[in-house]
This record gives sequence, C-alpha cells and structure tokens, in this order.
Amino acid sequence: MKIHEYQAKEILRRYGVITPQGSVCFSMDEAVAAAQKLGGDSWVVKAQIYAGGRGKGGGVKLARSLAEIRSLTEAMLNKPLITPQTGPDGQVVHRLYIEQGVSIQHEYYIGIVIDRSQQRACLMASSEGGMDIEQVAASTPEKIHKILIDPIAGLTDQDAATLAHKIGIPASSVMATQVLLKGLYQAFDETDASLLEINPLIVTNDGQVLALDAKMNFDDNALFRHPDIVALRDLDEEDPMEIEAAKHGLSYIPLDGNIGCLVNGAGLAMATMDIIKLYGGNPANFLDVGGGATVDKVTEAFKIMLHNPKLQAILVNIFGGIMKCDVIAEGVTAAAREVKLSVPLIVRLEGTNVELGKKILAESGLPVISATNMADAAEKAVRAAVKGA
Amino acid sequence: MSILINRHSRVITQGITGKTGQFHTRLCREYAYGQQCFVAGVNPNKPGEQFEGIPIYATVQEAKEATGATVSVIYVPPAFAAAAIDEAVAADLDLVICITEGIPVRDMLRTRYKMAGRKTLLIGPNCPGIITPDEIKIGIMPGYIHKKGRIGVVSRSGTLTYEAVAQLMALGLGQSTCIGIGGDPINGLKHLDVMKLFNEDDETDAVLMVGEIGGSDEEDCARWVKDNMKKPVVGFIAGVTAPPGKRMGHAGAIIAGGKGTAQEKIAVMEECGIRVTRNPAEMGKLLKSVL
Repeated sequence: MKIHEYQAKEILRRYGVITPQGSVCFSMDEAVAAAQKLGGDSWVVKAQIYAGGRGKGGGVKLARSLAEIRSLTEAMLNKPLITPQTGPDGQVVHRLYIEQGVSIQHEYYIGIVIDRSQQRACLMASSEGGMDIEQVAASTPEKIHKILIDPIAGLTDQDAATLAHKIGIPASSVMATQVLLKGLYQAFDETDASLLEINPLIVTNDGQVLALDAKMNFDDNALFRHPDIVALRDLDEEDPMEIEAAKHGLSYIPLDGNIGCLVNGAGLAMATMDIIKLYGGNPANFLDVGGGATVDKVTEAFKIMLHNPKLQAILVNIFGGIMKCDVIAEGVTAAAREVKLSVPLIVRLEGTNVELGKKILAESGLPVISATNMADAAEKAVRAAVKGA
Repeated sequence: MSILINRHSRVITQGITGKTGQFHTRLCREYAYGQQCFVAGVNPNKPGEQFEGIPIYATVQEAKEATGATVSVIYVPPAFAAAAIDEAVAADLDLVICITEGIPVRDMLRTRYKMAGRKTLLIGPNCPGIITPDEIKIGIMPGYIHKKGRIGVVSRSGTLTYEAVAQLMALGLGQSTCIGIGGDPINGLKHLDVMKLFNEDDETDAVLMVGEIGGSDEEDCARWVKDNMKKPVVGFIAGVTAPPGKRMGHAGAIIAGGKGTAQEKIAVMEECGIRVTRNPAEMGKLLKSVL
C-alpha cells in the first residue's frame, strides 16, 4: 500500500524526523490560508499523487507571493498531472501540500528497502540527492553507499554516523543526520514499511538536516496490524476495478490488451499472459482467482473483466488440483449465464475430474470453446480476439 | 534417494486443528506411505487430544520427543506463522515446510535472522510444499498427478508447478522430488539450495527449474549451475508480460527499480548454459530433449 508525501511526513515526524512545516489543502481558500499561517516569503506548492517524478511533470513549484499560490493552485488542483510514472493520461490532483520554502545547501538521497538476497533491511545513501536514484545506480554506482541492518539491534549510532560521513554530510550536521537516520529506520521497522525514500534529504544553509520529500510503501501482508495506516488509503489513486477485485479475494491487474485471463495461481496466471503474447495476442489483465474458483468468485471475475471496453475474448485456464474440474466447470457455466457473456469464452481445464468438467462445459449449451492444453487455449483465444476486433 | 524427504520421514503438523490443517493432513495421510509418516500434531490448547488418531501435543519439542519426528508442516494463520517456524527451529527439527500465505515480511526477517547457525532448513512460506512421488507428500499439491521417476522439479509457484509436472507425465517422465519454494520475498531454501541437493542426488537425472519475476534467485542459481552442475537443467520464467511496479499476486513477484525482470533472468540463465523455453506449454518437451 502507498500513501501521500504529506502523510508519510506526518508519520516520520512522530519518529523525530525533521521536515519543513506544511499543510495539506483541498481548495484554493485552504491553500491561501495555509500559506498565510505558515508565514515567510516563499512556499512550495506540491501536488499530492502517489506516482513519482512529480517535479519533472510540473507538480512541484515555488511560490513567492500569495498571488502565485493562487495561480499555482488554479493550475494544479483537480487537473491531471502527467509524470514519467503516471502513464499518458496522468493522475488527477485532488490534494496539494503547501510547504515552507527552505534554503538548500546540498541535496542527498536516503532509501530503505528490503534486500531479498541478503534477507535484511538495507539503508542506502548517496550524495547525489534530488536525482533519479536508479540512474545514479546505473551510471555511478560508487556514489551509493549501503548498510545492511541487523533486525534485532536496529541501526546503530556508529553505522548511521559512518554513512553520514561517507555521503559527505558536513561534520557539524553529522549528529543531526545520525538522529534522523535512526528515526527513519525505526519508522520503517515499526510501520512494516516495504520502502522508505527521502529524496532529497537536505542540509540547509544554517546546517539543519531536513527531509524535503518522503515516500513510504507498506507491506500489504502486515496491514492487519496497522489500522491507522489503512485509514490513510486514498481510493482516488487506485484503479476502481482493482479495489472491486480485492473485495472478492481476487488479485487483478489491468493491462493494455484485449484477451481477458482468469487463472488459478499467480505463477500460472503470469504464464498464461506470456503464452497469449507468444501466440501474437495481448492479455487484457492478470487475474488470479486463488485456490477456490467458486461460482461467486468466477462471476465477479467475469464482471470485472467485462468492464474493459477493449475486451474481445476471455481465456479461463484452471489447473484443478485439490479443486475438482467439474466444480470449476459448474462455476464457469453458472457465471457465464449470470453475466450474459458477450465475448467468446475459451476454457482450458486440467487436473482432477477433467473429463467430467469438459462434459459439463460441452453440455451447457453455452458457446464455450474448449481447449486441450495451454498452447491450444492461447491459439484459440488469439484467433477469437482477432475475429472480434 | 530422493531429496529432503522420503517414506521414512516422520512429520508433525503445526496447526492440525484448523480447517486447512485438517483437510490437508487427511489428504497427505491418504497418499502413499502417509499413514506411517504423519505422526503428530501441535496445538498449545489441545494437548492429549487426537485428530483422526494422530496425537496432539502442546509443543513441537514434546511432539518430537514423543514420536521422533524431525520434519514439520505449518498451516497456522499468517499472524502466528513466523512464531510457529521459530518454535520448530528451536526444537532443532531437520526441515520445516511453511504453507501459510500472507506472513508479514518483518516477521520473516526476524525468523530468518534467528535461523542463522541452526540446523533447521525451511521450505516456503507461501508454497505448495514438497513431494517425493509414491512415497510421501507434505503440502497441498494434488498427489495423484505425480509418479516416481528421475526428474527434479523446483519452482516458486503452485499451479504452474502442477502444470510442469503434468507436462512431464504426458511424456512419461516421473519425478524424484518436486519442491515449491514459495512466492514470498523472504523465504527459506532458494532455487540454488535445492539445485545443490538435486546435483548430489543419485536418483535425479535432470532438473526443471521454474521461476518468475522479482528478486535474483534464479540468476544466483544459474551462475552456480554453470560452474558446478553435473546434470542437465532446463527452465521457464513466468512474467515476460508483467508490468513493472505491480505485485503479480505473489508478494515476491514484482519488478522493482527495474530489477527482477523475466528478460534479465532468461538472459543470465542462457548465458550459464541453461536452456529456457518462452513457451510455458513446452516445459516438459524441453526437459525431455536434454535427456
């Protein structure tokens, strides 16, 4: 799960991380009032969307007067913002964060992620802040310093200070950086975060160390113990069909193609998308119905896929192991009837009671195209989709 | 020999009183030598009770002492599953298989940390388990699709592994052992660890390795295979069409920061001499071609 910058900063402040003062706004009046309350003579107007690259897309702007606050708010609020990560349609901005302007002496990068091969949280830091860190990693990997964190001891003072020195934090600000890094790791650990990024971390002209931006993602598996974080979820940022699918225990991700896939198991679902592509078609989605392909689940899955106006065919690929193929076939036919399926349906069943399952499909009176294996299914689905297009 | 488990393995079920635990314990018992293999269950609140004749103990340690079991399988809910692994590790079991899906990463980081220097091996979590066909199955895979033979199978997924096995069976190829190592980012045995075991196993002639997007386990394994493997290895990687930044069902199946793409994995595997098919319908065919 993702959250907005201003929400991440609220969490981090609880862990002693210093950030500029700021206020989230949903309207022009709120934006002007926020700037007046913050005082000073410059502010930063920041579009709050989950996607990165906001600066490049024009979603982070400096204002030197209340008039500029007004014109920037007018230009950004309730308008789509297109960044390198949003896709061509952009993401509509519903919230702005108005923040105090600060004097920047230098920008650094700090990130915490889970290192899968080392099975530890990894703190990464670089003197090259404010840039695309993947680019820094590719062109000048020596400028990225990493520390693996012991999950029991946490981030030690010494490791934090060493890292601060390595990225060139001025000596007078090392102690403040050490405190900040420890706060960041504690926040990462205690909130079950999967990613925490401060890009940039800055040292101001008067030596203060501030988190100027903040990005946090959380482990979906751990949300059950963080109701406060779940409450921060912004449904405007999520695909409505993905939300609907999750309600029914389906894992669904929309793609660009026109062949809907309904599969049991994530690995087989990916393989099904791959084989559609291999046979010259394009998958419309990833959809894992999980272990139990019940009538309810299959019906919901069909409904979700049929929301896609581009859909030209549906491929059902089920390996019935513990789940029997006849039960799955009953589910598929009942669901197809209920949603009055309007596109060709290709079904490939394998596993327990497969013959009985095929018989149920054949005798259903529905125009189901039966396939004998994955290759046959993909070929038939691609052909059906071409015909429909 | 197969790897890790055979008909002489004695197994404790942690979470034997839950619905999932009961259902699968029953099926595992009905498979091949299961009746003699599944000897104990654990539930701290129900010691002294039984599940269909299998005695229940309060702790893994007690179950081990009473029955001599050295393997456990875990079906307990995600919030408590890491602690269940910890208990099995503390009791010095040889092998723990954790089926549970949805364990927080933070819990697994601590559990893996505590496992350092201990003898216990872990399969999973979020996995179908392990089967040595016609001897013993520990997990949720359908037993009947397998047959004893000389092909090793290692995979990160469930149904895609069954698909691979079905393709082998259609060509008359049985399996020595099939292992699903699980779809989570922090897990126990990796492709590499399982490959080493297959390499040393006299009853395995070749290995089918099925991977997916996310992490670099497949690459690590491929590099080892290049220099050390005495047997043919073929592979398939799922997720060539997966978009970056999206979690494809499995917690670990995500292309993050441009890393862990299927294309990258396939390239490294091929550089290391592993033949990889782009067609998931031809995993069995490819394996047969290298025998």
